[in-house]
Amino acid sequence: MADSVAVKPREAVTGPARGGGHRSTKRSRREARAAYLFLAPWFAGLLVITIGPILASLYLSFTDYSLLEEAKWVGFDNYVKMFTEDPRYISSLKVTTIYVIVSVPLQLAFALALALVLDRGLRGLAIYRSIFYLPSLLGGSVAIAILWRKVFGADGLVNALLGAFGIQGPGWVGHPDYALGTLIILHVWTFGAPMIIFLAGLRQIPSSYYEAAAVDGAGPLRQFRSITLPLLTPIIFFNLVLEIIKSFQSFTQSFIVSNGTGGPADSTLFYTLYLYLNGFRDYDMGYAAAMAWVLLLIIAGLTGVNFLASKYWVFYGDTK
Amino acid sequence: MATELRPSRRRSWRLPKHVLLIGFGLVMLYPLLWMVSSSVKPTETIFRDPSIWPTELDLANYIDGWGALSHPFHFYLLNSAVIAILAVAGNLLSCSLAAYAFARLEFRGRNLFFAAMLATLMLPIHVLIVPQYVLFSQLDWINTNLPLVVPKFLAHDAFFIFLMVQFIRGLPRELDEAARIDGCGHIRIYWRIIIPLSVPALATSALFTFIWTWNDFFSQLIFLTDPELWTMPVALRSFMDGQGETAWGELFAMSIVGLMPIFGFFLAGQRYLTQGIATTGFK
Repeated sequence: MADSVAVKPREAVTGPARGGGHRSTKRSRREARAAYLFLAPWFAGLLVITIGPILASLYLSFTDYSLLEEAKWVGFDNYVKMFTEDPRYISSLKVTTIYVIVSVPLQLAFALALALVLDRGLRGLAIYRSIFYLPSLLGGSVAIAILWRKVFGADGLVNALLGAFGIQGPGWVGHPDYALGTLIILHVWTFGAPMIIFLAGLRQIPSSYYEAAAVDGAGPLRQFRSITLPLLTPIIFFNLVLEIIKSFQSFTQSFIVSNGTGGPADSTLFYTLYLYLNGFRDYDMGYAAAMAWVLLLIIAGLTGVNFLASKYWVFYGDTK
Repeated sequence: MATELRPSRRRSWRLPKHVLLIGFGLVMLYPLLWMVSSSVKPTETIFRDPSIWPTELDLANYIDGWGALSHPFHFYLLNSAVIAILAVAGNLLSCSLAAYAFARLEFRGRNLFFAAMLATLMLPIHVLIVPQYVLFSQLDWINTNLPLVVPKFLAHDAFFIFLMVQFIRGLPRELDEAARIDGCGHIRIYWRIIIPLSVPALATSALFTFIWTWNDFFSQLIFLTDPELWTMPVALRSFMDGQGETAWGELFAMSIVGLMPIFGFFLAGQRYLTQGIATTGFK
């Protein structure tokens, strides 16, 4: 399963060889015609709601546009404004970066730790796996964000529990120092999905490796360091790339917990929330488009760096 | 020798492992359990009491919350359900069609298109949303379900194409070769052979489409500003905004109602959900 976990475009495109080498050109023309027919909805979508909008938003990012009036070309003004005259933009970038840098490694660490504990035929594995996976399905919803707002509210669950020990906790979501922390905890809470990917990866490691290592006298820690971890690096890499891309785009949590403001003191102002406020509250759509393009470049850049760095730590053995 | 030692070592670890896992699982589920028990307590006692064992079973929050907005709550649930069901239908149809072409047919530009499809997986929706909004408002689609549903019929969720391509490629090719020798065209092969064999992949796609659409907030917030079209998440948000500070019990009750379908599908289809993310690595 580890094979199918990693995205491998080349292999996916090539596929197994077709039976019989000499097909008539008539047949292959018919086949191509059928293929374009099957792909027609996707082609239409690709043009009209993907490629078209990408180019349009690139164009709009160089304009002043409010939906009601014609777009007015302003050159690089939006981009310059972002980085020189808009402190809220800078803080949204900072908040989101902290969120990603802290929550993704923590989330993956929990995912890996739990996957390791659950691996190798523990009784009740299916039940544990389900319990740990459930938050991943719920975590992005408005309902859970509302719950979070109250769990970490001034008179919420956390403070009630702390109160039982005589500790008077602050209103976590209302405090600029702690509000982002509550969103990070929410993200870590959804570690179940990467955990399942780790479990699938762990199952791919032949148990004969561990047996051989045990014969050679390697203890569990040594086995983890020399077998599990290296063989799991492709999966770690895959989870890392995905979670970074995903968490940069988080929106609902920050919107609900701060009630659409990004507060207190912009401490939960996620990038996408600020983009939403600019584009769909203030209808400053040129600026929102420019923000979206910077986001795209950040995500593409980080993914590229990840791929380059992976050469140094991801182990693609010949076992796959 | 050492291998014989392993089972006994493992057995000694078993109990602490279970204790640890159960404890950790409880911590993870505690907020959810607290929400459920709070929803059956009178609002004024919710926050004094961190225990999850309700002292009384008071359904007033459910009854009051159901009628707290301008429409009864099932109105918003129904709006959500209509969009989610149409999204499922759209994704199943359009993505399986595209997947069949990518997995089984040869045509010019296949590699290029496949790479383009994979590239769109990484694309943040925010790069598209502003021009899409402009486009849909020119079509007069704002405050209709169309911006949320039509893209699904155009295979916009490329993730599911990828999932189905992976699955179809694993099906034996002999089946469609045999059908072709018998004179079946591609539409028949797709419909009579590939689709019936792809039920697990279709089920996974249907479940994820439903759950994601049900949870979706960003695009529903943008495209549905008319309260007559509000979906469950948008309605919950307005509930919180309007009177949430004083009616947390009711808000919790309606939040639980809103999570119920996900919970149901999770219980019914977790095999497909976990297999789905294990084979494709997305969620």
